[in-house]
Amino acid sequence: MTNQMLEPITEQTYYLNMGPQHPSTHGVLRLFLKLDGEYIVEADPIIGYGHRGHEKMAESHLYEQFLPNSSRMDYLSGLLFNHGYVAAVEKMAGIEVPPRAEYIRVICAELNRISSHLLWFGTYIMDLGGFTPFLYCFDDRENILDILDHVSGSRLTYSYCRFGGVAKDLDDEFISATRQFIERLRSRWDDYHNLVTKNVIFIHRAKDVGVINRELALRFGCTGPILRGAGVAYDIRKAEPYSVYPELDFEIPTGTAGDALDRYMVRLQEMEQSLRIVEQALDRLPDGPIKAAVPHKVRPPKGDYYFAVESARGALGFYIVSDGTSYPYRLKARVPSYGNLQVLTDVLPGTLVADTISILGSIDIVVPEVDR
Amino acid sequence: MAAAWQKLVNFLGPDLTIIVVGLVGVLALVQVNALFLVWLERKVAAHIQLRIGPKEVGPFGILQTIVDGVKLVSKELITPRHVDRKLFMLAPIAIFLPVLVSFVVIPFSERLHIRDLNVGLLVIFAFSTFNVLAILMGGWASNNKYSLLGAVRSVAQNVAYEIPLLLSILSVLLWSNSLQMSVIVESQSNVWNVFWMPVAALIYLICATAETNRAPFDIPEAESELVAGFHTEYSGMRFALFFLAEYSNMLIVAAVATTLFFGGWKSPPFLGFLPVPGLIWFLLKTYILIFVVMWVRWTFPRLRFDQLMNFCWKIMIPLALFHLIVYAGIIKFIR
Repeated sequence: MTNQMLEPITEQTYYLNMGPQHPSTHGVLRLFLKLDGEYIVEADPIIGYGHRGHEKMAESHLYEQFLPNSSRMDYLSGLLFNHGYVAAVEKMAGIEVPPRAEYIRVICAELNRISSHLLWFGTYIMDLGGFTPFLYCFDDRENILDILDHVSGSRLTYSYCRFGGVAKDLDDEFISATRQFIERLRSRWDDYHNLVTKNVIFIHRAKDVGVINRELALRFGCTGPILRGAGVAYDIRKAEPYSVYPELDFEIPTGTAGDALDRYMVRLQEMEQSLRIVEQALDRLPDGPIKAAVPHKVRPPKGDYYFAVESARGALGFYIVSDGTSYPYRLKARVPSYGNLQVLTDVLPGTLVADTISILGSIDIVVPEVDR
Repeated sequence: MAAAWQKLVNFLGPDLTIIVVGLVGVLALVQVNALFLVWLERKVAAHIQLRIGPKEVGPFGILQTIVDGVKLVSKELITPRHVDRKLFMLAPIAIFLPVLVSFVVIPFSERLHIRDLNVGLLVIFAFSTFNVLAILMGGWASNNKYSLLGAVRSVAQNVAYEIPLLLSILSVLLWSNSLQMSVIVESQSNVWNVFWMPVAALIYLICATAETNRAPFDIPEAESELVAGFHTEYSGMRFALFFLAEYSNMLIVAAVATTLFFGGWKSPPFLGFLPVPGLIWFLLKTYILIFVVMWVRWTFPRLRFDQLMNFCWKIMIPLALFHLIVYAGIIKFIR
């Protein structure tokens, strides 16, 4: 079916193109659905509408020049991509990062993770037809964007990390604003739970919908909240600790059944865990330089390197092959949404059109990240 | 003025004059009401969502909908090439006309109704059923899969929810012994029906929300799933007519609820001493009900189609039937 030639219709089925322009495909994803009434017989996600060739672009850019590209792959968790790319190159070139810079990276990355999850929360409920929580989340998210804007100068596509550190030091205003934000978001949990989590319609829409069990998630290489929702406590921050995460105390929330409700709960609890991380990191923030002395052009030694971080959507890995020059020979980003999206072909058949939206929303894909 | 009126009465006869003048009045009411409701909806939604809503055009932005209306009128009516032209053009009219007719029997106050038919309620429900036909026409003629899905959903939903809706009002009719709207109001002189038939009122309101395709039952036009449902292909004034019909339908549904359960034009108990005309009480109650419907819309997510049908067939209909039996017994006992 991938060649999209429509076979003659002999049964009572028909084809529906959901997307690439559709209110709920979150970007330019196209779902090619074969429907029987409202039930889905076959589903085929077709990607590539947002392909910009980032990986190829890397080959003709200096290591430094590619930095802004990294945050444009996933526009919702740009700092996490920033972090992943920078950390990968640092590992290649053997650059030591000062502890203060590591802490700053973790603080900003976790704030970014919260903002990504908040946006997901809002849009997911909007996919289910509830419009109001969306604006509540955006109100909170706006706060994070302001905080990150203050320190990094941009609100969405950050280029805040540098090889060997970060671009700008945190000031007192940032710290007090972040502490206020932590208070504020904690006071909002009750609202969110009363408005959404306890809503009987929401529970009916999310429970037992789009079950991605442990086996399925592992088979498709799903990571992030999907894998954790299925009960596998796999989080790069714990499994392959990097940066200063080993020094911080946080938990990995997991679900049991792997349905949309589990993924929802996992993400909500992750936001709380991220708040804890930010809080601890702010308390322990050491003094010192924010950037190591790094040569103007990074020239990593020959070889291939892989470094993974946990993005808001799952395991994000950068695989970089160096030929010893200041340009990467090959750069490959292992993005979480790609694996997470493929699982749709197995999960969608047998569900209703309305569930498609719920499942797609609960998987939380960012299409530009899939297409790159 | 008086002479012109006399001329009109001589020309049309007294009965016809009332109907013609009444219909013109209704048309004006429907338009103004829709303008007001759209504005109210946006304001209510905005305040629920920590926003301000329209505020630029006129005081509190109340003229915003007029400006929007002008925009819609001035837009090109696009008829896509693949549609069934006749049905496509007929559907917006077909959805709007029955709504208009239903207003004929609504008693706005003791004396202010165009016709007080002895089958008033029947007229309203007969015409409100047309709604489904028009949606099906629009959805089918659009020749668009999203529209078709929306239309099919709408038919299934409206047909299903009409049953508990009618069952819930039967107990009111048993009490009033009449389908005449004014008699129904008079039968609540002592106590409003809502106070001793709260379940019926609740069933009515839930089903009426489903009938008017409002959230959480807005499945036929589920934006996140079906783009815009049955009116995906409509633009300009044709789209506006669907919109107008939706808001006028809300007014009818709320007006009927006011008449059946909330004592129509009668003042609330203990407030009878206030010199407020019946019309004001009636409109006040109606708009409060509409506000509740809006409040619900901006709070809840949408049900899934099968859940909606299950809710109707497995909960609402048995409940309404049981309610009817119990209240039939009670009314028999009281009389």
